[in-house]
Amino acid sequence: MGSITLKNVTKSFDDVEVIPQVNIEIRDGEFVVFVGPSGCGKSTLLRIIAGLEDVTSGVVEINNQDATTLPPADRSLAMVFQSYALYPHMSVRKNIAFPLRMAKIDKVEQDKRIETVAKVLNLTDYLERRPAQLSGGQRQRVAIGRAIVREPSAFLFDEPLSNLDAALRVEMRLEISELHKKLGTTMIYVTHDQIEAMTMADKIVVLQAGVIEQIGSPMELYDKPCNKFVAGFIGSPKMNFLEGSEADKYNAHTIGVRPEHISISKTKGQLVGTVGVVEHLGSDTYLHVSCENSNEQMIVRADANNGFKYGDKIHLTLDIKNIHRFNNHGVCIYETP
Amino acid sequence: MRAISNNRKALNTAIALTLGLFMSFPIIWILILSFKSELDAIGNPLQVLLSSWTLDSFSTVQGRSDYLKHFSNSVIISLGSTFLALLVAIPSAWAMAFVPGKQTKNILMWMLSTKMLPPVGVLIPIYLLFRDYGLLDTRVGLVIILTLINLPIIIWMLYTYFKEIPVDILEAARMDGAGLKQEILYVLTPMAIPGIASTLILNIILAWNEAFWTINLTASNAAPLTAFIASYSSPEGLFYAKLSAASIMAIAPILIMGWFSQKQLVRGLTFGAVK
Repeated sequence: MGSITLKNVTKSFDDVEVIPQVNIEIRDGEFVVFVGPSGCGKSTLLRIIAGLEDVTSGVVEINNQDATTLPPADRSLAMVFQSYALYPHMSVRKNIAFPLRMAKIDKVEQDKRIETVAKVLNLTDYLERRPAQLSGGQRQRVAIGRAIVREPSAFLFDEPLSNLDAALRVEMRLEISELHKKLGTTMIYVTHDQIEAMTMADKIVVLQAGVIEQIGSPMELYDKPCNKFVAGFIGSPKMNFLEGSEADKYNAHTIGVRPEHISISKTKGQLVGTVGVVEHLGSDTYLHVSCENSNEQMIVRADANNGFKYGDKIHLTLDIKNIHRFNNHGVCIYETP
Repeated sequence: MRAISNNRKALNTAIALTLGLFMSFPIIWILILSFKSELDAIGNPLQVLLSSWTLDSFSTVQGRSDYLKHFSNSVIISLGSTFLALLVAIPSAWAMAFVPGKQTKNILMWMLSTKMLPPVGVLIPIYLLFRDYGLLDTRVGLVIILTLINLPIIIWMLYTYFKEIPVDILEAARMDGAGLKQEILYVLTPMAIPGIASTLILNIILAWNEAFWTINLTASNAAPLTAFIASYSSPEGLFYAKLSAASIMAIAPILIMGWFSQKQLVRGLTFGAVK
């Protein structure tokens, strides 16, 4: 069991309101990602769930029980920190054993569980080492091991991969996803990286300035962002926005179109522009285009062998089915023009 | 970094040696005097150096007063007050470093301000309190007073060390099910061992050398080595050789301890200054 509900939760530090009011329902077994730019309150929200931070008002329910004032130790949640937060004076074995020792589980059972966890996380050979003797990825695994060993009702991850290099990040991302499939335990994951959010989550909560902008599955957020912020934040490279005459044609203040929803041509199209930087990723190429009738740079995804190079003239056509329209408040308009 | 020439290095070494000699000269001189006869000890410096060496002063001092009694008093008082102070200071420093309130900074300053008061200013009230509670000339009394007077420094030192410990690790312990006691006992204290050790050593030295309270609040039973030295500057007159012998006997244990722990002490005192 691991359902978590936040009801009308607010948080202020002294006079600064960090979270005006938040309501979230997380069902048992879900993988929920809180994503948003730094300073959006996502980590604070996680720390409120963990009990490391008090709420200013509102209720935190864990497994349908009021846990608002419970100390972190009594919430049956495990947390993985960005800094790994391993105990530097203990061996890997003792680090993983620590939660079991605190729960007064007998030694035989402790050893059995540690062996199992170590096997799952490929740590068996490192059990007697100190954290300082491990690489970043191994440390992260120990931190995860320490979290899973006591079988909590939910895992909290606070930007766990941001200290790892790019290759390792991709690898650990997969491992965490796999772990979620295997354990089926609720996971709440905080990140500023929308790729992590998109690839791992069952449900994404997009936050900005302490306010939930949208909650939904990755594809819902990608296909139907409810406002300009979510539209720009989810998806990589980010959505192109056009205002003025081009937007007026669609009866909107602003229109948004993703790089993958624009087709290119040498001879004709809706918009004319000049190719700037060309980024080759191998499978795809991103063209940065300066349009003639707007100051905006547009990013366009093209095939690897598109034949365009720096300084070329290019014609762009927007895929009409995939144009997002926004009113002057940045809110999405969904009825047909 | 700029390369330093050999000449410059030699000059630096010479300056350092001179300064070191200058600073340790009183101790070296006391050491020399303690091995001289009373008559030679009051002669001019050349006479002192050239005269014959003797162990007389040491045997006289040992014959006249019970060194071991004073020594054990010093050990009990300095260790006792240090451990008692650490027991109080570790949780206090934890609170101030990790859950600071609006007044924490002020409390820290206020505690330090008590060290600015000349002790003699509170001698009479403390003396009367000691008399009324039957603490005069008792080891318990001295342990209490030395704990109290050194507490501000201990809390300050530990506070500084604790501030260097990443709070994430303590939060991880809380998430792992540790209560406050377990968090301090199993996580904070082991991680702060270098800091705690140098605080402990420094405080033992401070308590060992503390002379004002130990002399004023004791007569004979609880008198530590400081009172033992003082007893040699008596109304009978000054006896340089015996005074020096007593001083050497009193400071030798702490000097030896300081020598062995200097690495730890320096490391602890510069902790956080250089990363």
